[in-house]
Amino acid sequence: MLSAFERASEYLPVLLQGVWLTIAVTLLSLLISTVLGLIWAVMGRSNFLPFRVFSRTFITVIRGLPIIVQLFYIYFVLPEIGINLTAFQAGVFGMGIAYSAYQAENFRAGFEAIDRGQIEAAHSIGMKDSLILRRVILPQAFRISLPPYGNTMIMMLKDSSLVSTITVAELTRQGQLIAASTFDNMTVFSLVAVIYLLMALPLTYLTHRLERRYKKT
Amino acid sequence: MISVRDIHKSYGQLEVIKGVSFDVTPGEVVCVIGPSGSGKSTILRCLNGLETYQKGEVRIDGQLIDPSARSIIALRQRVSMVFQRFNLFPHRTALENVMEGPVYVKGMERKAARDLAAMYLEKVGLGDKMQNFPDNLSGGQQQRVAIARALAMEPEAILFDEPTSALDPELVGDVLGVMRQVAEEGMTMVVVTHEMGFAREVADRVLFLEGGTIVEEGTAQEVLRNPKELRTQDFLHRVLHPLD
Ligand SMILES: Nc1ncnc2c1ncn2[C@@H]1O[C@H](COP(=O)(O)OP(=O)(O)OP(=O)(O)O)[C@@H](O)[C@H]1O
Ligand SMILES: [Mg+2]
Repeated sequence: MLSAFERASEYLPVLLQGVWLTIAVTLLSLLISTVLGLIWAVMGRSNFLPFRVFSRTFITVIRGLPIIVQLFYIYFVLPEIGINLTAFQAGVFGMGIAYSAYQAENFRAGFEAIDRGQIEAAHSIGMKDSLILRRVILPQAFRISLPPYGNTMIMMLKDSSLVSTITVAELTRQGQLIAASTFDNMTVFSLVAVIYLLMALPLTYLTHRLERRYKKT
Repeated sequence: MISVRDIHKSYGQLEVIKGVSFDVTPGEVVCVIGPSGSGKSTILRCLNGLETYQKGEVRIDGQLIDPSARSIIALRQRVSMVFQRFNLFPHRTALENVMEGPVYVKGMERKAARDLAAMYLEKVGLGDKMQNFPDNLSGGQQQRVAIARALAMEPEAILFDEPTSALDPELVGDVLGVMRQVAEEGMTMVVVTHEMGFAREVADRVLFLEGGTIVEEGTAQEVLRNPKELRTQDFLHRVLHPLD
């Protein structure tokens, strides 16, 4: 009978393969959710009514659906209308789209914290809307949105485990597979938990620092 | 250079500007006075297209101010504005606030824009505060940065909307002093103010606005010392002797 430690070192290489996928899913979906979230947030402040309606509706619908249902939809339903994605692609897009709604709300809060007077002042020196967005709104919204953005990163890291349900062999899925064949639930899932924690800790630290740094101003 | 013809403006049912006309000639300083809610800010904001209006027209050197037209961007560079609440960009230093327009609107080189901005900050008495962020400036200093920002666009006219109303009394003088200097150098100015002393000394002409119409207009001497209209007399009395 092997000791728990020896068993753990046997599982670790397989779990680490899962870690890379977890990181890949998290980073790629973070990127997608950030870009989309910014687009929804900018559309939400547009003078063009259809943009505002679209942004509002999209965010409301996405926030009202469990992420796991969105993933199932993308992975199992889209192929029926001819859109075939690999499990990894479906996971990344699903997570990216799901979280874009939360990112948009975060960016919107950042935009709204900017006093209208500044925008009028910018208009009064002849700046046009795109320039105001770039030089006045985004730099300030960025600072305001940064601490909550750190929290979103942590949430996304943890929620990337949801893509295990559509067969992406990330950390949680690898854990399930090992546990199913060894029945060593205790060791496997403790290990999985520790690995998640180790990945989350630096992000938590970073978020705390950002919060402290930007709370002052 | 600024001509306002029969402007009407409503918010829903409420008509707040009821047919206002006046002209501002180059180099002239026009002060607009009147009770709260009389439409002073609204009129001023129509002059650089920050506000839309339903009827009438505003022209700058003959060119129509149309807030919805693309040309408004170019026109605003010729008519800058100073606000009651300063409205500086808080994430940029005093110098950067003043450079912003020259660099990003006019496409001036950074080096030249920096010299220009420094020159105007010196002019408003803030040569030693150029690297300060707005948070680290007093209200009076912030407002002077805002004036430097307006000047740095080298506009043909500057609009001031109660530039000293948000200031502690002891800081008002510095800002009015800078405004007087700008006026003396020949800038065309339209100033909404409750500072009757400033209006008396600096204004070429005074408009008294009430209920969305111009009730009386004339030289500072005429309107402030010998007002003809009863409503002007009442208003001046209330401003000058608030406790009576
Ligand atoms: N966005 C708005 N919606 C509805 N009514 C408005 C709006 N802005 C201004 N008003 C109304 O228009 C009228 C004129 O406002 P304005 O700000 O021009 O007055 P003012 O003379 O500048 O007053 P104050 O001295 O208080 O600054 C007021 O009755 C005000 O309540
Ligand atoms: Mg006003």
